[in-house]
Formats: sequence, C-alpha cells, structure tokens
Amino acid sequence: MSYEAKLRVWRGDADGGDLQDYTVTVNEGEVVLDVIHRLQATQAGDLAVRWNCKAGKCGSCSAEINGRPRLMCLTRMGDFQEDQVVTITPMRTFPVIRDLVTDVSFNYEKAAAIPPFTPKPREKDGTYRMQQIDVERSQEFRKCIECFLCQDTCHVIRDHEDNMPAFSGPRFLMRIAELDMHPLDTVDRKEFAQEQAGLGMCNITKCCTEVCPEGIHITDNALIPLKERVVDKKYDPLTWLGNTIRRRTP
Amino acid sequence: MTDLHNYDVVVVGAGGAGLRAAIEAHDQGARVAVVCKSLLGKAHTVMAEGGIAAAMGNLYPEDNWRVHFRDTMRGGKMLNHWRMAQLHAQEAPDRVRELEDWGALFDRTKDGLISQRDFGGHRFARLAHVGDRTGLELIRTLQQRAVALGIDVYMEHTITRLLTGPDGAISGAFGYRRVDGEFVAWQAPSVILATGGIGKSYVVTSNSWEYTGDGHSLALQAGASLVNMEFVQFHPTGMVWPISVKGILITESVRGEGGVLKNSEGRRFMFDYIPEFFRAETADTEEEADRWYDDHANNRRPPELLPRDEVARAINAEVKAGRGSPHGGVFLDIASRRSAEDIKRRLPSMYHQFKELAEVDITVEAMEVGPTCHYVMGGVEVDPESQAALVPGLFAAGEVSGGMHGSNRLGGNSLSDLLVFGKRAGTAAATHAKASMAASITQEALADAEQAALRPFEEKSGDNPYAVWHALQAAMNELVGIIRNADEVERALATIEELKAKKLSVTGGRAYNPGWHLALDLPNMLRVSECIAKAALERQESRGGHTRDEFPKPDAEWGKLNLICTLNDDRSGIALTRKPLPVMPPELAEIFEETL
Amino acid sequence: MTQTSSTGSTGQSLASPTGTSAVPALSGAPRRAKINAKTLRTDRWWLQPLLTVVVLVSFIIYSTIRAFQNTHYFLDPYISPFYSPCLSSSCAPAPHISLFPSNAFFTPAIFILVFPLGFRLTCYYYRKAYYRSFWLSPPACAVAEPHKSYSGETKFPLIGNNLHRYFFYAGMVFNVILTYDALLAFRFEKDGGHHFGIGLGTAVLVLNATLLWLYTLSCHSCRHIVGGRLTHFSKHPVRYKFWGFVSTLNHKHMQLAWVSLFGVALTDLYVLLVSSGALSDPRWVA
Repeated sequence: MSYEAKLRVWRGDADGGDLQDYTVTVNEGEVVLDVIHRLQATQAGDLAVRWNCKAGKCGSCSAEINGRPRLMCLTRMGDFQEDQVVTITPMRTFPVIRDLVTDVSFNYEKAAAIPPFTPKPREKDGTYRMQQIDVERSQEFRKCIECFLCQDTCHVIRDHEDNMPAFSGPRFLMRIAELDMHPLDTVDRKEFAQEQAGLGMCNITKCCTEVCPEGIHITDNALIPLKERVVDKKYDPLTWLGNTIRRRTP
Repeated sequence: MTDLHNYDVVVVGAGGAGLRAAIEAHDQGARVAVVCKSLLGKAHTVMAEGGIAAAMGNLYPEDNWRVHFRDTMRGGKMLNHWRMAQLHAQEAPDRVRELEDWGALFDRTKDGLISQRDFGGHRFARLAHVGDRTGLELIRTLQQRAVALGIDVYMEHTITRLLTGPDGAISGAFGYRRVDGEFVAWQAPSVILATGGIGKSYVVTSNSWEYTGDGHSLALQAGASLVNMEFVQFHPTGMVWPISVKGILITESVRGEGGVLKNSEGRRFMFDYIPEFFRAETADTEEEADRWYDDHANNRRPPELLPRDEVARAINAEVKAGRGSPHGGVFLDIASRRSAEDIKRRLPSMYHQFKELAEVDITVEAMEVGPTCHYVMGGVEVDPESQAALVPGLFAAGEVSGGMHGSNRLGGNSLSDLLVFGKRAGTAAATHAKASMAASITQEALADAEQAALRPFEEKSGDNPYAVWHALQAAMNELVGIIRNADEVERALATIEELKAKKLSVTGGRAYNPGWHLALDLPNMLRVSECIAKAALERQESRGGHTRDEFPKPDAEWGKLNLICTLNDDRSGIALTRKPLPVMPPELAEIFEETL
Repeated sequence: MTQTSSTGSTGQSLASPTGTSAVPALSGAPRRAKINAKTLRTDRWWLQPLLTVVVLVSFIIYSTIRAFQNTHYFLDPYISPFYSPCLSSSCAPAPHISLFPSNAFFTPAIFILVFPLGFRLTCYYYRKAYYRSFWLSPPACAVAEPHKSYSGETKFPLIGNNLHRYFFYAGMVFNVILTYDALLAFRFEKDGGHHFGIGLGTAVLVLNATLLWLYTLSCHSCRHIVGGRLTHFSKHPVRYKFWGFVSTLNHKHMQLAWVSLFGVALTDLYVLLVSSGALSDPRWVA
C-alpha cells in the first residue's frame, strides 16, 4: 500500500535557505530515509544528506523530524498520519553545510581533547583479567554510535552557541565516564571533566537520554555518576580537608 | 585548483583495515594520512556484529592456529592463498589482545578472559565479541587510538584516481572534498587501499553506500590485478521484510547462540542440505545438534552452522521449492530456543533492529530471513607477507584485497583479516616509503584528473546517475546472484556494456552533491561488476560463493586455478587470465590429514 | 594552479586529527541553518512542564500554609511528618523536645522542612523537573529556552546542588525518625496504659515512611555511595549487590519522587483532618 506523502525539507546552505515542499511516494514499512532517497533519485538529485548503513548502526543520518532530533533510518513513516506534513531539517546545533548535512567537527575536536585511554600493564601471562560485571558499565557507553543527536539536543549548546568552547556535550562527558569506570584505565579525568569539559553546565534535564537511538541511559548511568565522582573529589568537605592537609604537609 | 599535501603513506579508507594500517605505519615512523569517504567512525566495519575470529583458546584450550587455519581453508573450499590463511590464523590472537591495550572491552569468560563464541565453520568457540556489536567496538577502539596518536584524517574525501610516476610506481592519490567539491591531492610513495567491498552493485545487500568497489577499480586503473572476483558471499540471513530494510544483516550469532532455521512446514531443513564435504563433522539429528551447544567434544555441530555459502544456497532452494515464509524468506527462530532475557542480553542489537525496523519482537516471534549480498572474497591480488599489489607502492588490506578467503569467507574471519593484514600493510607501506624517493605529482596529471571528475557537470543531455545505478543493481541482483548460469551472466555483461556507454549528467553545484558523487562512483561499480560477471562466466564449476546451475559440483581442475582480472589493453574493459593456485607446503598440507 | 602545503605528523589545521579537515571554513565563521521557528515540534510538548508546575505549586502552597499554621499536627499517636520530630509541648505525652512555644512565628516545621525540602531541591530528578518547568531551561527537548546566557550548575547558588549527598544523609536521619513515628503509631493509650493497636492513621504513617525510604534509597547519590564509585565490582560482591538493588530502585526514582511527595502531603492532611476533628480515625486497639 503506497501513498503520496507531503514533505517539507530544509534546502540551503550557510548563506540561507528555507523549507521546501515536496510530494513523494511512500511504500509500506518505509522509513524517512527511504523517502529522502526517493526524493533524491526522482526530484532532487543534488539533495545533500549524510547516511551510511541505513540500519541504525553507524549514526550518520541524524536530522530533526517534525522538530525532534532523530535518525532518519529509524523513523518509520508509519509513525505519521498519511495526511500529516513531515518536516525534515538539519541538526540545529551544528553549522550547516548544505541541506540536511551539518558540520559536526565540533564533536571530533571535543573527542580529541579528552586525555586518551592509558591502561595499566598486562598480567604476567600477557592477558588482562576483568570480570563481566566490571566491564558492563563502560560497555553500555561504548554502544554509542556517535550520531551526535544528544549533542544536537543539549540546550547548553543548542540554545547557547557561546558555550561551545567550554562544554563537551553529553557524548563526550559520557566518554569520560566510560574511561573513569574502565577497569584498566589509570588516568584521573575528574578535574578535566569539571574544568575543561564543562560537566557543571549539565543541568541533567535528560534530553540526551530522550533522543539516544541506542537507548543508552546517558544521564542516569554516565552524567550523574560522573557528577557524583566529581563531588567525591571536589565538593566533599572531608576529602577537601584531607587534600588540603596533605598538600600542606611536605 | 587542487590542495596538495605531502605524506609518506596515504591510507584510503577508515574502516578496520585502514585504521589498523594507519596506526602501524605511524608507529613505524611514517607521516600518515587517512582519507575516507564518510565521517571517521562510520565505516562499514561498524556493521560487523558477530565477532573477531582468533584461536586464543580461552574457552577451548585445544584450539590453536592450526585448527583455525584448517577451518579457514576448508571454509574457502581450499581456494585460499595458503600463506595468507596461515599468517591470519597465527597472528589474529595478538591482534585481538592489543585492542585491549587501546581500550576495547570484550565480553568476558568466568576466568576474566576475552569470551569467545561459536560461529559457522569454526570448530571451536573462537569469536572474541562484544554482544552483537563487535564491529562498532573494533572501529571505535581503532578510531580512538588513531586520534590519540594524532594521525591526520581527511574525512568526507573521495579518491577518484591513483597517480603513478613515469616508472609506474605510486606517486599519490587525487580526490575531492565532499563538503565543497574542491579537489585535493596527496603526494606519497605508498598508498594503502582499504576501501572495503562492492555490495552497492546489488539491490539486496547488507552493505552501505560506500561499498562501490572504489579500491578494486582504482587498483585496476593503476595497473594492479584482482583475484577471485567471481566469489561473492551472500549472507544467508538478511532481513526480508519490510521491503525498505530488505538485505539488512542479521548476525550469524543468532545461530551461534542456538537459533535454528525452519521452513513454512516447521521443519529444520538444514538437515536436508548437509554436503558430503562436511558430513563427518555435522550432526544429523536434532538431538545431537542441540546437545552440541553445551558439549562440543562429544557431539557434532548443528547444520545451521555450516559455512555461509551452504546455508544461503539451502535457503534459496527452500524458497524456490515453495516452502518459504510469507515474504519470500525462511524462519529463523531464537524465541523458542532461548529465554527472552538471554536473547536481549546476547543479541541486543538484533532485538533492537527488529523492534525498530520491522515491529517484530524476536523474543516472541521467529524472524523472516533470506540471503543478502554481504562480502566479496575477491580483491586486489597481493603479496601475502606485505599486502603489496603489482604496482610498486600500492598495498591493499581488508575486504578490498583478495586471496585470503578463497571461495568463501567464514564468519568472524573478516574482522581478524582487517587487523592482521592492516598491520602488515602498514609496516610494508612505511618501509616502502622510507626506501623511496619523495613522490611528485605533475600538473598535467592533476589537470587531467580534475577534468575527468568534472565531466558529469559538462554533460547536458546524459542519463540520471540514479537510474543507471538502479539498472546495474537490478541486473547484478537478478543475473549474477547466488545461482548463476551462462545465459544470464551474458545478459548481465550486455547490460553492463550498455550502461558503460551511457553519459551521465548531474544537476546542482559541487558542494555536497550526492548526484555528482554517484556519477563518479558508477564507473567503479560498472568495472567491478564486469569483473564479477566475466569471472563468473569463465569458472565452470560451483564452489563457495560461486554457484553455476549448469555445473553444480566443484571441479578438481578448477580447484587449482585462480582467475585474474586486469584492465584490457585499450583500458575499455576487463581482461581475464587463468593462474595456477600457489601450492601449499607439505607441513601445512598434512594438517588436513590430521584428525583435529 | 596548485597550492602546495607540506603537512607533517604535527598536522595543520586543514588536516588535524580532530577532523576539521573535513570541514574547512568556507566563508567566514561557520553558521547554522537559518530556521526561525523556536521549535518545529508539533506534539504537546508543553503539557508535561505545565503539569509539573501545577502540582509543585499546589504542594508549595499547601505546605507553606501548614508550616506556618503551627496547629493540628498531632493527635496521639499520630504526628504529621511536617512537624516530626516534635519540638514543642503540643505532642505531650508522646516523646518531644520543647524548643518552640506553641505560638511561635518560626514554627518547628520551618526548621524541620529545611532538610527534606533541601533533599528534594537538590535531588537529580527534581532538578530536571524544575529546570524544565520553572526555569524553562529547556522547557522540552529541542524547544528553545528563553534565556540569553546559561552557566548551568557552575556558579552560586546552583553549584550548591553538588551538596545533594549531605541532604541525602539528613534525609536518612529523618527516615529513621518517621519510621519511629510509624512504630509509635501502633501504640495507643487506653485505660491509662499503652496498648497495641492499628488505626487508619497507622497505615498512613507506615505507608508514608515506606515511600520515603524507597525514594531516599533510590537516590542517585545513594547509588553512588553504596557502590557506584567503585571501579571493580567483582572485588566487592556485597556492595555490588547493594548497587544492583539501588539501581533497580533508581530506575523508578521519578515515580518514587512524586508518589512520596504526595505521601507526605496526604499524611499531613490526614493528621490535620483527624486532629482538627473533621474526621475520626477508625482504629482497632487490643
């Protein structure tokens, strides 16, 4: 069963652009990315869209559909009424390159700034021994497909571009949490999290968790635990007192 | 105007092989650039689900490289380059362990070691894995390592041409930047191709848009040769419904974890398709097959875990015989075999994928599955030790290289292949660069490459590249698919010639213009398709990923021959030559006599 | 024309490992897509913040009135959670410390409520709720917030939210007190002696204490303290079990936050109604 869907797609680049109306055929079971591809193949050959796997595994086709940050490959057309206009816009937080494609280099810069994984030495037999329960927490965060929808939706930078230098965003705060919980890592990144990555900017309003296509509990399992770890180090009066005394004693 | 950069080693592709090669070349002291079509971390490697095959013996101490080597060669129906298979089996465990040094977190055994899972064609549980998202773990680990090392990555740049000097040796690579359509060239004495596969020449495929056979085609144009191109792996279990997700992969781990294949009559039909070659090691009753999951030593493996070519052909035959599922596949049932909790823990992304894309709860219902174009065994003919192609300075690693997997690849051997040969290519490319004079690219070569790339804009009345692409996909899917015959392959070749003659036009500007990008990818797809079709027509036998209707059995004589593709003399098409298979030394040959 | 640049392993801006190579500045600073609408969401995204405001404001009004009312918080053996522990002689003969005269402007409730309210005010769930609903920061996901600048929890007073765990400890103390109150609510005075009994008020107090325990134990700070701060769970099997238990509760932290809030208000209301005589407490005494 197919029908003609009404689409509004943002077309343009950094110099300007607007929403353009299209009518595109939709078949049963199709996702928004299928329809965008049909639009590209039949009406707008140069419509820019970034995509790779079309299976929710690579995190390339991030966009905003009816105002909500989502992966186009995981948004089924069946979620909308047949007569409903479906509006597709590029991620708002990042500079636009063209049409639905944005410049996400912000994220790669933030990733590179994190002090890298630094393991302790292997055991004598050349292996690392870790129990499943020790790796599970960090494994959850390593499910991240880097679609950057959490970065896009986070109001800290979405609504305040000026915070971008001081704030790494949920994806990379979660990366810090991942390393902090990694059984083999030896570097303390708590100071970095608070001072360089802007953990204090996060007001745990959970939009990152809401939009995560992988269902990672970013706020509850990464950001809040990381905040608590920072509290251990920075805001716990007893620890503070201990550290001060230790610092004063040569 | 072309931006020009200087490096020692340029790696084309940022999947597992490319990143591993880049890390190694960097560690060898080379100045390295990685050039990739997509963003860093999006390469097709993320789609790999099951695991990395490596005989670490964490669960079965009796496992070792000899058993892995034997499994790999038998899975490839003995057409593999023995030396590659040997190196692969020997070095894979170290390659996996070093991932842990870089932060990878594999699932663990009770002893705290890397857990290993069962997979088709592997005698022992051997696949190091992270749930069913091992590829993602692999690529993220390598990506984070490459970033930590400060390796230069040129994201969203596509190479359209390899440049060679007057002596025929590599001098660099030329391409465009997707963001603004400007041209970029890299001068370097060593280029490593790590561009992956060719699946986008087929309609039903598990592959992403990047898989347009660029590396295969670039190598041919630079003067290198391809081997084994007739062997295309159709993964037995792709999604079949809804249409829009047809072809998306369902990991073999579903069967490794106990999933079984059933036809519309509810019969576990794989018992009807056990080939003679594997009869001795395959269970012939459901009872024995079910016991095997807990006791490998005293039972034989279930036929669902035969190599992929066997399972894909069996599914194809069941559907043809009218015993298929409503949407033209068969049923893959894990729901009745494992608890819902187990399924969600061990196969989380499968659960998620079916829930999101097909509204099917795999803990309750069976999945509908059918074969999907997944992997090309064929690729650039390389030296097994160094991954060097015929062209001096050109190397190839991963799916774009050929020989390692013979006529059929075992599941799990791909990720280990990327690591083992990525590292080897990195070493060799860095060594080659050190021994070479600085590369230099001429203005004429750049001007010529620019002109070729801009041609689709000048063509005013040409065809829509999307239409040409869809025509190619349809021809390859229908005529050079799982089961082939001379008549159909000849028709496909005729279509390919027809499409090659077409002029392509594109609309819009140069900045991020997918129509233009497709127009530049299409000649690569056509060239690679021609290789596949010509080799498929030539090989008159059935073996691994190549099945001929008229010649349903393997042929001993063909079993000693490789087919080699090169560009023909006027560079207008593909020339095919036969080449004897390298002969395995006796100390390896005897492994196949041992009862392991 | 060919522009040459020699790029070493140090990398230049065009080819830095950070990925900027993919996106050179084309014309001046990079800019966002021009979309004027504050949000393109078409669903009723405003409903949830609105509900939160309505409910929380109602609670604040009710509790303020009750905190200043300074009466009708005790009917032996029941005490309102707003006024427990009892700091005036109004609770005689039940256990109490007479710190406040019964007509004081600063009622005991004001001093008592500081702790549970502080716990809730710094609670990770309530923070989400009030930042979204009251401060509109953001009102809903992908809906623009109205503020010009934003510094989150980096400055006074919001940086104080990092003190949540101390309120958690205080909350635990109050839970013990309210549990003690609930136990006392089984002890009825009859014929000049104390007898075991159960009234509707007993059930109310027990339920309130239970909900408060569940809410407090499901707290993110609690989850961190019992085990979340560890890196190697396998070396601390007991704490791992606790962590698992608290994690399960933590999934329901939002629901428990609301239910326990209603619990406290309704418990107080019940005590108000029975102590003012508007309602009589059905009870059975041995």
